[in-house]
Amino acid sequence: MDLEYGPEYQDFTKEVQSFCKKYEGLSFTDRSNNPLGSSGGSGGPKMSRSEWQKILIKNGYFARSVPKEYGGYGGEADILKSRIVAAEFSKARTPMAMGGQGIDMLVPTLLEMGTEEQKQTYIKSTLHGEIIWCQGYSEPNAGSDLASLQTKGELVGDEWVINGQKIWTSTAQYSQMCFCLVRTEPDAPKHSGISYLLIPMDTPGIEIRPLVDMTLKAGFNEVFFTDVKIPASNIVGKRGEGWAVANATLGHERGSLAPPDATMNRVNMLMQLMKEETLDGMPLIEYPVYRDRLMKIQGKVLAQQSHALRLLSAKLNPMADVKLGKMIQKLTGTELRHELEGLAIDVLGEIGTLYEDSPHLKNDGTWQFIYMYFLGLIIGGGTSQIQKNIIAERGLGMPKEPKVEGA
Amino acid sequence: MYFGLSEEQSFFQDNVKKYLEEHATIDNIRHIANGDENNLSAEIHQGLLNLGINGLLIPEEFGGLGLDLLFAAVVSEALGSGVSPTPFIAPYVMAPTAFKHAGSITQQKNYLPKIAINEYRFAVGFSEFIGKRNDAGISFVDNALNGRAMFVLDANDATHLLLADERGRIFVVNASSSNIEIVKLTTVDKTRQYAEVICKNLEAELLENSSDSVEPINRTIDAGRIMLAADSLGASQIMIDRAVDYSKERKQFGRAIGSFQAVKHMCAEMAADLEPCYALIWHAAHCHDHSPDEARLMACHAKAHVSEMSKGIAKKATEVHGGMGFTDLLGLHYWFKRIGLNRQILGSPELVREEAYKTQI
Repeated sequence: MDLEYGPEYQDFTKEVQSFCKKYEGLSFTDRSNNPLGSSGGSGGPKMSRSEWQKILIKNGYFARSVPKEYGGYGGEADILKSRIVAAEFSKARTPMAMGGQGIDMLVPTLLEMGTEEQKQTYIKSTLHGEIIWCQGYSEPNAGSDLASLQTKGELVGDEWVINGQKIWTSTAQYSQMCFCLVRTEPDAPKHSGISYLLIPMDTPGIEIRPLVDMTLKAGFNEVFFTDVKIPASNIVGKRGEGWAVANATLGHERGSLAPPDATMNRVNMLMQLMKEETLDGMPLIEYPVYRDRLMKIQGKVLAQQSHALRLLSAKLNPMADVKLGKMIQKLTGTELRHELEGLAIDVLGEIGTLYEDSPHLKNDGTWQFIYMYFLGLIIGGGTSQIQKNIIAERGLGMPKEPKVEGA
Repeated sequence: MYFGLSEEQSFFQDNVKKYLEEHATIDNIRHIANGDENNLSAEIHQGLLNLGINGLLIPEEFGGLGLDLLFAAVVSEALGSGVSPTPFIAPYVMAPTAFKHAGSITQQKNYLPKIAINEYRFAVGFSEFIGKRNDAGISFVDNALNGRAMFVLDANDATHLLLADERGRIFVVNASSSNIEIVKLTTVDKTRQYAEVICKNLEAELLENSSDSVEPINRTIDAGRIMLAADSLGASQIMIDRAVDYSKERKQFGRAIGSFQAVKHMCAEMAADLEPCYALIWHAAHCHDHSPDEARLMACHAKAHVSEMSKGIAKKATEVHGGMGFTDLLGLHYWFKRIGLNRQILGSPELVREEAYKTQI
């Protein structure tokens, strides 16, 4: 066990700290598409989110291992440096680089499986936040059983003609592009009949309808495709390989939904709130029942933080076996965050239910919003129940459910 | 940066596990629990002493191996997985830790080498410092102890005891004194021995550095708690492994019961609950030696959190076995009971979480 990063990282940490100091109080001139996105601080420099991305890339604090020719920093991937950046930015409240499905999922996919032309066309502008992507995976009848999706793509001449419907498409209303799973080989078995297509969202025949969710602000959509025509070359991987292409990035999404360090920040924020808020004249933290619930959750988050260190270390030491350890992250991370946000509502009582722009709102109403938002994340990206199937079958080697004929 | 066990730690742990698999078989555990094979426990203990478990934490200058608490934690995990019917936490972890933090140099010289050669074996009775039940409690007046200590750990064949008063002062007493009465307590967990100790004008030696600071006893309790968490971790992992194996073999309705989602999800929940406990315990043990600011918080949370997770696992793993899990035939209940006892010893989860909170104000 050695939790020191080593002397070369001390210099890097200092460098990051002085960078954060330089941009203290940074605020943005444009809004975030991410409902959990930072709105920035105040009293510091002002710039657009895209300008901020470029500064971060130039310093190697973002897109570190993406080659220069595609708009990245062009350095060696360095997990510890990424972690230092995350930790120091969090401490200094410096906004991190924007994420989103294009940056988190499409870019790694193109780097691995895209053609040279696709890399040149899309990666740089995506990293700079100039092209926003949405993900066209789920359909009304293809949720947990995603591979049963039915949106159809037919090759007519040198164009794909797409018909069908996608759902749960966040950011579709702002997106320039959609990476989409489409059934192109209707006669093949269900997993091998899918292709991964790149669809410009301004193509005629695309209709976007907002899908209002319980938070009223998460911004999902339904997207309808009617004879949508795109060039035949807008495919990643070969025809029928879309399932494998998509799976490479689904794993990425699952790991990153609920990082324990962010949950610990919320635990600390709640503890502070419980010291300030009173009930019958006594601070909430003085009530043993509330306090014990907070401590119980703090213990769980500490376990997840320690576990994240173990997984981090495993990335540096490929011999470490953490297969099961990785599989549990989406399940445990999203459930715990939901539980924590729910505790905040309980300790606040009626005040915890205040929403939107109500008087007496605490912490901008984030407790109630994130409580609901994380119920969405518990369901999305593979429900908790699907996660448990994966853990049991792939992690513990338990037998699969007998197949239903025709499914 | 490396977060995990060293090769030496894994190797030593494997050796302890292998030894217990061979010698602490379920039949032997049953004999010991039923009280009809008194020498068997001592034989198994001797085998573990031959591997060196008594000297892990004792500095080399006093004849020990001078290893850190993480090393002891991986051993404790192995003992839990084998429901080892032998003393460990009190004599080989808490006693050396207490002498390290509370003993003067002379006291360290007098006792630690004797522990290293297994001439002295310590039981530990600190329960009344953590939380005094009813009329229990030890008082120290005119160099003598009076009163009662409950749930003294690892009382089997102890030659000496460490007892504590409410102020956290630690005392060495001789188990063979005529002024001490040691009453065996029968708990559900028959793999380890607990006792009530009654002192009447009992001669006692105060460990000097505990006279006006609770730091030494807290450090000792932290170490004990991390060991208990590790013991429950080992026991819980075995219960999960057994449940998963059983679910693959047992057939009902023409299918392995492990193919039913109801069973699968119970197993997945157990695995998801337990997996982060490894890292939490390793981290807590590491902090104990290398990061004093976080040490107490981590030790409290390791004890409380692992106790909570293990309790759920003990229940679910038994349920996966159906009626068989409830019988004595499989012996699964030895792990269930071990987990149940670990949860209460040195502070139940609610008490320990309250201590965790107090480190943060």
